[in-house]
Amino acid sequence: MTTEHGESTRHATVRAPAGDGAQVVRLEDAAVRVGERTLWSRANLDVRAGEFVAVLGPNGVGKSTMLQVILGAQTLAAGSVQVLGDPPGMHNDRIGYLPQRRNFDASIRIRGVDLVRLGLTGTRFGVSLPLRRAARERHRHERRRVQEMVDLVGAHAYAGRPIGQLSGGEQQRLLIAQSLVSGPALLLLDEPLESLDLPNQMAVADLVAEICRREGVTVMIVAHDVNPILAKLDRVVYIAGGQVVSGSPEEVINEQTLSRLYGTPVEVIRTTKGRLVVVGEPDVTHHHHGPHGEPLDDAHHHDAHHDAHHDAHHHDGARRPEEGRGSSST
Amino acid sequence: MSVPPILVPVVGLSANPLTDLRNLLSYPFMVNAFRAGAAIAVLASAVGWFMVLRRQSFVGHTIAVVGFPGAAGATLVGLSAFGGYFTFCFLAAVLIAVVPTTTGRAFSDENAVTGTVQALLLGFGFLFASLYGGNLNGIDALLFGNFLGISNGEVVILAVICVVTVAAIAVLWEPLLFASIDPAMAAARGVPVRGLGAAFLLLLGLAAAGASQMTGALLVFALLVMPAATVQQLTSRPALGLWMTLALAVVVTWAGLAVSYYSPYPIGFWITTIAFAGYLTSHLPGLVRQRSRRRRHRQQRP
Repeated sequence: MTTEHGESTRHATVRAPAGDGAQVVRLEDAAVRVGERTLWSRANLDVRAGEFVAVLGPNGVGKSTMLQVILGAQTLAAGSVQVLGDPPGMHNDRIGYLPQRRNFDASIRIRGVDLVRLGLTGTRFGVSLPLRRAARERHRHERRRVQEMVDLVGAHAYAGRPIGQLSGGEQQRLLIAQSLVSGPALLLLDEPLESLDLPNQMAVADLVAEICRREGVTVMIVAHDVNPILAKLDRVVYIAGGQVVSGSPEEVINEQTLSRLYGTPVEVIRTTKGRLVVVGEPDVTHHHHGPHGEPLDDAHHHDAHHDAHHDAHHHDGARRPEEGRGSSST
Repeated sequence: MSVPPILVPVVGLSANPLTDLRNLLSYPFMVNAFRAGAAIAVLASAVGWFMVLRRQSFVGHTIAVVGFPGAAGATLVGLSAFGGYFTFCFLAAVLIAVVPTTTGRAFSDENAVTGTVQALLLGFGFLFASLYGGNLNGIDALLFGNFLGISNGEVVILAVICVVTVAAIAVLWEPLLFASIDPAMAAARGVPVRGLGAAFLLLLGLAAAGASQMTGALLVFALLVMPAATVQQLTSRPALGLWMTLALAVVVTWAGLAVSYYSPYPIGFWITTIAFAGYLTSHLPGLVRQRSRRRRHRQQRP
């Protein structure tokens, strides 16, 4: 087995890592325990301003939990974490967060644009009547900002329709606009591509990468399938076997690193189309789309089925044998 | 509400609507009914708009049902049903807000315990009302509404509760909207979702008690749900929707009062029927749009 390092990197190195910016997230020797179980430990991570970072790994390893740590909603069992230069939770107003897939009931009769606006005004108590000039000015400014974000995510055509009647992709775009509207320095996205069809996955991934670049926002995106975002990544954080490895995509998604992480031989195959397929990755759980909502939920399902499935499968769990045959990596 | 001094006057309509209106307002008890009706309509429909958005109709109904034994019990021991509704509904709301739930949002879905307690409380209400003297008319009024005998003092209390509730909603407007539509995101942004949920339950307690005064404990949805549901068909703009809901509720209540003054049928029936007519009408634009879309569709296909 050889690693992929050095060969066929046309996708992975399109962008030079933007690692010279200010420190945004820093984990030092961090460990997280949920209940009696240590999810991961000895994690070191250094995310710089403007970077586009993917958090990868099988279900239930604590990817969402890492976002919770950054938000200050989950405390560390060991080590330290700094977010935007301070302990977590202190600058959450500068963090945009998109929790795991939320479904809006079809009966919810609130416009998409209202949902976006709440990202800006939803934390504000009190009445602001547009009586004084300053208040009117602020109203105008807010309306403009909301409109900008709606346009930015390309939701102009349907932002006036009730959110419950929009498709999953349309809702996801509006939610991204909502998490961006307050002008965050850091954007945390928890599986934003899940349950979108392939064209929509690509489109939303492109959109996030574009925003990251244009607005100078640091993005950390939890993903099940690295492929839609592979070309845009500066850094990969891979969680498996209780360990966390971080580095450039080539440094992390290769057979050496992943085999070491999983503690079992793993093959990484690059298809002719540049997609990465990990073969022999132990299947942590049968439910690739496990329980939603509670970010910690999937943690409890860890170890439920530790019988390794040695059939080839994509990171996204969808089996497409025709792509697996495409190229050789060993 | 004690037994009214004047029985419902079944008066014929004259040819002149102005004369009718003057007749209507010549009785102080009718004037009070209109005043109280406006306060109740605003109180109930404003809270109801959020209740529909938060899909907490079940908890709203539960609170209203708790009000029935409260009102019946209060009458039994010689207190006013008015106070009985408010005390019991508010206490029920406090209890529901304090008792922790597994789902996080109180009573978002049906719950066997609540159903059981509801049935028991209805039974107790019936007992109290029977003990009071087997006055079936009293039970009818408590369960299905009555607008007679609202005192000046009660009108003032209703007005104060209405103003306080509306002010609370105005202050909580943005965060409550956020927490109602998208609790996960709101919580992540630091909105006190649980605290807002508890505060909302207290408002719901007041609203359910208020609506019970006019529609009875069982018909509270006429003011809590129907105006909001009707307006939701017409607009998905939150602020505009709330204003339209308030206006519609006042119109429905006043129309119900006026019609039941001139008819032998009870107020609860009229308010629900008028509100339902509005609800049906609100579906018309959508139906027409759908129809024309389907027709266009058919024309496009050769």
